[in-house]
Amino acid sequence: MREQSCFHCGLTIEQNEEIDFDDKKFCCTGCKTVYEIFSINDLTSYYDFEKSPGATPQDIKGKYDFLENETILAKVLEFQEGNTSIVSLNIPHIHCSSCIWILENLHRLQPGISTSQVNFHEKKARITFNSDVVSLKEIVCLLSSIGYEPYISLENYGSAKAKVDRSLTYKLGVAFFCFGNIMLLSFPEYFEMKEFWLDSYKPFFRLLIFLLALPTFFYSASGYYVSAYHSIRTRMLNIDIPIALGIIVMFIRSTYDMLMDHGPGFFDSLASLIFFMLLGKMFQIKTYSFLSFERDFKSYFPIAVTKINKDASEDNVAIYDVLKGDRLLIRNQELIPVDGILISESAEIDYSFVTGEAVPITKKSGDKVFAGGKQIGKVIEMEVLHSVSQSYLTQLWSNEIFQKKVDQKHKTITDAISRYFTPILLLIAFAGFGYWIFIDANTAFNVFTAVLIVACPCALALTAPFTFGNILRILGKKKFYLKNAIVIEQLAKVDTIVFDKTGTITTNKKSNIIYEGNLISDSDIVLVKNVLRGSNHPLSRMLYDFLPEAKRINIEEFQEITGKGILAIAEGKEIRVGSGQFVDDIVADGSEIEKTALHIKIGDIYFGKFTFQNQYREGIEKLFENLSKDYQIKVLSGDNDGERANLEVILPKGTELIFNQKPEQKLEYIKKLQEKGQNVMMVGDGLNDAGALAQSNVGISISENVNVFSPACDAILDATEFSRLHYFLKLSHKAILIIKMSFGLSLLYNVVGLAFAVTGNLLPLVAAIIMPLSTITIVSFVTFMSNYFSNRNLE
Amino acid sequence: MSVIYLLISVSIFVAICFFIAFIAAVKSGQYDDDYTPSVRILFDDETKINSQNNNLPIEEKQV
Repeated sequence: MREQSCFHCGLTIEQNEEIDFDDKKFCCTGCKTVYEIFSINDLTSYYDFEKSPGATPQDIKGKYDFLENETILAKVLEFQEGNTSIVSLNIPHIHCSSCIWILENLHRLQPGISTSQVNFHEKKARITFNSDVVSLKEIVCLLSSIGYEPYISLENYGSAKAKVDRSLTYKLGVAFFCFGNIMLLSFPEYFEMKEFWLDSYKPFFRLLIFLLALPTFFYSASGYYVSAYHSIRTRMLNIDIPIALGIIVMFIRSTYDMLMDHGPGFFDSLASLIFFMLLGKMFQIKTYSFLSFERDFKSYFPIAVTKINKDASEDNVAIYDVLKGDRLLIRNQELIPVDGILISESAEIDYSFVTGEAVPITKKSGDKVFAGGKQIGKVIEMEVLHSVSQSYLTQLWSNEIFQKKVDQKHKTITDAISRYFTPILLLIAFAGFGYWIFIDANTAFNVFTAVLIVACPCALALTAPFTFGNILRILGKKKFYLKNAIVIEQLAKVDTIVFDKTGTITTNKKSNIIYEGNLISDSDIVLVKNVLRGSNHPLSRMLYDFLPEAKRINIEEFQEITGKGILAIAEGKEIRVGSGQFVDDIVADGSEIEKTALHIKIGDIYFGKFTFQNQYREGIEKLFENLSKDYQIKVLSGDNDGERANLEVILPKGTELIFNQKPEQKLEYIKKLQEKGQNVMMVGDGLNDAGALAQSNVGISISENVNVFSPACDAILDATEFSRLHYFLKLSHKAILIIKMSFGLSLLYNVVGLAFAVTGNLLPLVAAIIMPLSTITIVSFVTFMSNYFSNRNLE
Repeated sequence: MSVIYLLISVSIFVAICFFIAFIAAVKSGQYDDDYTPSVRILFDDETKINSQNNNLPIEEKQV
């Protein structure tokens, strides 16, 4: 059998379901429609850049009605004046050059759009349009109809565009400019040419050098003075103190030398030092702009919801304006924004954002529904019990852990070293001064300043940024995205790992399906599969995928009853698939915890059931076995302990398993571990882990699709790489090892430099050689070592 | 030989001009997205032909 893939989206086309259009094959009418739109508008070069770049458009009827509401619209738009409006839309599907092309050619699909510009890394499209000709809602609907549905959430609501801080780039630019020019102008000094004409220009050259050094000293290096000042005030000796001291002393001594005509001073070294250190800072910052590490519930929740007024008319209201007692209308695939009571007869609610559990829960009229669930199926009505901020889930964010800014949770390794470095440095400087003062006062001052200049821990300060920066990039390539470089140090300190169960160590992509019951014939399986085809319920989809390929049979009658199952007639037989009670009046006995199952009845014969068990991620046993050698492992779960037996088989003996944990309890549990002095790493996925992730020393969130959903955390791990967690932890240890080795190397340079300094022989030329040389060796050493360790098999 | 004053002054001046151009480029946000423009440049020809067909002026606006 030849597998065919859809011309538009690239998915495998199901047998007998392909649609031929224009000599191309499509998997569904949605994909075909998109192709039609493009071909009518002469935009088929969309398919030239990348093979099968598209996505199947989703049904969005009524979903974006709220964009007609003026107040909401004003909050979403980035700019509006007259009839010109600009909007920045987050489009998760942006993934290739075809996407950029089609989105930047939107004006050809929709008159009224003047320009659209894509930022690929941020997965954003910035659209300028004429609001007299086209409304935002129409644009959003157009985007959705071509498979680029934008993601509009509460986060977009009224958030002013964050200002980009570019000061580091400016500082670096200034430093580089000054450094280059100073070096050029210093060349005659290096060679000490006694040529008459060069000598006569010396004052001019020196004046220029001095002028060029000023912006570097006052502007580019300003961050170090501020940081040193803060660290003195808080009595925490950090690496910036000796750096700032070195820079200041270097500047004063050089100015003095120049004025007194002793020599050219150290302005060239000063500029190169500042430049290299800023470069290190720049290198350490690696941001994944398409990821967000600061997400709270706001990025999950919709901006507006449909409210039903007393006179049965419908209105779109902003989420924050929803009050207790309001009646809300929730459509298929819409998120329930507040806690409430279900009014409609029944609902299927998918809490996978919250718990990571993909199988929806059935609620009946009068049941409580909690914020964060997603309605699947038909439209439901509910009455509001709490406003947004007081809902069960969102209350978690009022916990103090989310309020405090975690700037310096711990001391960095560089700061730890500089605690010893600074006093020793001062000691040597004063000792040298004390020795020379009895011989020659002038040399004594020279030695004192030379020590501070040469020992300025530039190589030391560069080690950590370059090592971490490189490791950060290596990990990013392996789909482990860290928030910043400090996380690597924290990873290396971890001694306890807490895992969430559902969605973290289990996958919600597929389930382990087991059949229990009487023998079922192949022809009956074919019948069941055909019945399931018509259903969109996640369980039906999973079972459908699980059952073997089958030919198509015409279903005569089909009825899906929410919360119960499917009733269908095919080949003259009545087929029931669904809950035990619906299929054959089986009442779940209380003794056994009810498992998720689909029962089958064909004609009058009850066959049995397919039970869905949690599917654990691949390689999990080995991972836990390896991890348990070095770490304490604990598993927290929000579910009941139905899975205990299964888990105990997989996990190493003695692993602590705790069930029935509410979000706040998870947070408290981590806190308790920390109070015992443990360094806790939390691995979780859903919003219910958000508290624990924030509380832990390192919070890692597992994500099946890194582009879209992950709660606030320190690192995001692509779910496919979960089994390599141990490797990542080992690499963090290696990073610390590399830094220690490199510290040794840079101290060696300091010793050599100090030997020159204390004997009073530090010439500007020597300093100008030692500083860049040490920098280059350190940078190449750490880069080489980190690449070496990351490629070596660490198993 | 005093021409060297002039030469060096001019060279520094030119360098400063480039430096200012760099700062202006950073400020306008040119360096915020370092990937999309590299792809976009490959589309250019396409867009021109098509825009002629549609008679739609394409404005390159940097806001």
